[in-house]
Amino acid sequence: MNLVLSVLRQAESIRQLGPSEWDLLIRQCRHANLLGRLYERLRAAGLEAEIPDRPRNHLQSGAFMAEQQQFSIRREARFLREALAPYEIPVILLKGAAYVAAGLPAAQGRLFADVDILVPHDHLGTAESALMLTGWQSTVSDAYDQRYYRRWMHELPAMRHIFRGTTLDVHHTILPPTARLKPDARLLIEASVEIPGLPGVRTLSLQDLILHSASHLFHEGEPDNLLRDLTDLDMLLRHLGQDDTAWDGLADRAERLQLSGPLSLALRYTARLLATPVPVRISKRLGSDATGGIGRHLLDQLYNRMLRPQHPSTADGFTPLARKALYIRAHWLRMPPLLLAYHLAHKALFPPAQEALPAMDDKKAA
Amino acid sequence: MKVSELSRESFRARLGGEGVRLAAGPFNCRLQSGVSEIADELAHLYAHHPLIDDSAFVDFHVAIQPGHGLRRWVRPQARFVVDAIEPFTPLPRDQSLPMLEWGLNWCITAYSQHILVIHAASVARGRHAAILPAPPGSGKSTLCAALVNRGWRLLSDELTLIRLDTGELMGLARPVSLKNASIDIIRDYAPEAFLTRPVRDTSKGTVALMAPTQTSVEAVNTPTRATWMVLPRYRAGAEARLTPMGSGAAFLQLADNAMNYHILGARGFAAVGRTVDQCRNYSFEYSRLDDAIAVFERLAEDAK
Repeated sequence: MNLVLSVLRQAESIRQLGPSEWDLLIRQCRHANLLGRLYERLRAAGLEAEIPDRPRNHLQSGAFMAEQQQFSIRREARFLREALAPYEIPVILLKGAAYVAAGLPAAQGRLFADVDILVPHDHLGTAESALMLTGWQSTVSDAYDQRYYRRWMHELPAMRHIFRGTTLDVHHTILPPTARLKPDARLLIEASVEIPGLPGVRTLSLQDLILHSASHLFHEGEPDNLLRDLTDLDMLLRHLGQDDTAWDGLADRAERLQLSGPLSLALRYTARLLATPVPVRISKRLGSDATGGIGRHLLDQLYNRMLRPQHPSTADGFTPLARKALYIRAHWLRMPPLLLAYHLAHKALFPPAQEALPAMDDKKAA
Repeated sequence: MKVSELSRESFRARLGGEGVRLAAGPFNCRLQSGVSEIADELAHLYAHHPLIDDSAFVDFHVAIQPGHGLRRWVRPQARFVVDAIEPFTPLPRDQSLPMLEWGLNWCITAYSQHILVIHAASVARGRHAAILPAPPGSGKSTLCAALVNRGWRLLSDELTLIRLDTGELMGLARPVSLKNASIDIIRDYAPEAFLTRPVRDTSKGTVALMAPTQTSVEAVNTPTRATWMVLPRYRAGAEARLTPMGSGAAFLQLADNAMNYHILGARGFAAVGRTVDQCRNYSFEYSRLDDAIAVFERLAEDAK
């Protein structure tokens, strides 16, 4: 039973939950990284008093974590600006960091693992050196992976700050250059907007944030965060849709950036799962509510399983298959067959060593 | 109903099946294990804890399970699992019991940002509590175990929990983790206490767990305020001596030992500040447990 989805669609339904259902809801939310977001959603719906004490502790924990991360994201944005300003490289925030800095509703209760920025391709080398000089280090030590990122990917290997421990993804475009879809990063940069109150820090335009979120979710999303990412899209789309004409602008923009495909999927699943109010003319235009066809049927089967909290209570016999299929689909979309074969062969021959976690840091609870 | 009221067989059956559901202070826990040899000692450690309803909300669904594949049989391992998540690499199977305790500590630290969580022991007399933050090796657990066997209630050996709204302490009354030399010291000092068989070669040396006293568990939800913050340090041959600590230094001690100070931001600052303001703050040097207990007795007398 997918309680997260029913509560997200119908916040009032929490009134009917018994203790063991609250138990399951909290576990599903934790696995979907949605604790903080659900808390903010229930609060906004005036339902805070309806949450029993124990579940509230967990939801509030998630919300406090999110609040703290938002604080640190704004601080990181200023540090990035200081690192890159001397070289006249703009800081263009993407994804979660952009929602937070721009104060979008999609920032609500959102937890994230890293800050993502977009840097013009010509400035990539300079930007990397500038970041290294201010304490950012590459987290990838494997030579194959370093080469793989630099040659085939749309981003540098993740960097981590030596003192603050924050992780940074430096993108030069939003999809791998080897992918079949080739959105032009220059168009994204041209349309980026400055954030009031954070001079020198920019984000993609709202339209482009939506298209990036959609192409990320349906190209390379990490299984554990797919539902969280879908709720991002739902909130971004509702925000955009306050102006009804903006929908047409979004569809035009998607065509221009070759991203109508991911947008169509985004509209299909946000409307179906989260009841996002997509105008009929738009879903017709993008074919997002179409039925029939084997390919579409298979995709539905796949995403209906993956757009759930990845918790044992929402899994069925086909979930493992769906996870594998998603992995293959992501790689298939990302690179041409020969390169894919080479990459998978390398990964099969030299599997990445599993990261050994210390039993527990001495200071952290003996 | 309490854990001790279950028969040995029924405890084993629950542990190996749907889980033993019990309340440890503010947290409801469901403990499961496919490693059956921990059952008897675990039942002793949690003997006085109340069982909770099958339908009650559970904060932490935790399990200790045997290693995967060959590691079930060859140099056998145990895994800590919290609701299908495995936060640690597996450990040798004979470390299962300490691993369960470390795992529960991990759950509290990772999932509880609605309270201030401090890496410190805390013990109470009536409604007055002493917080003992200290780095490993300072003798914090030994002192805590000794106090608990001389009339103080155990709130927690490892994690002190402070409510953000009222500033009150919340007790856990979970087992005390004794390391190396302190195992024999406490065995001599309190022969009536239940200690598990020592587990050797853990990342912290030899570890044995001591069961909390019955009164500690039964009175765990008594509202308690922090009255003293005592930073203990064991030094061979030292006379027991309390030295008052300035509130600035005391603030830094507490904040530095708070696991989630950086997450709570302004809320954490306020909670630490309030605790330091309402406490008398000391550093404390000692070598003989009896002398140390006498010093704490005098503190308790003064508070009356």
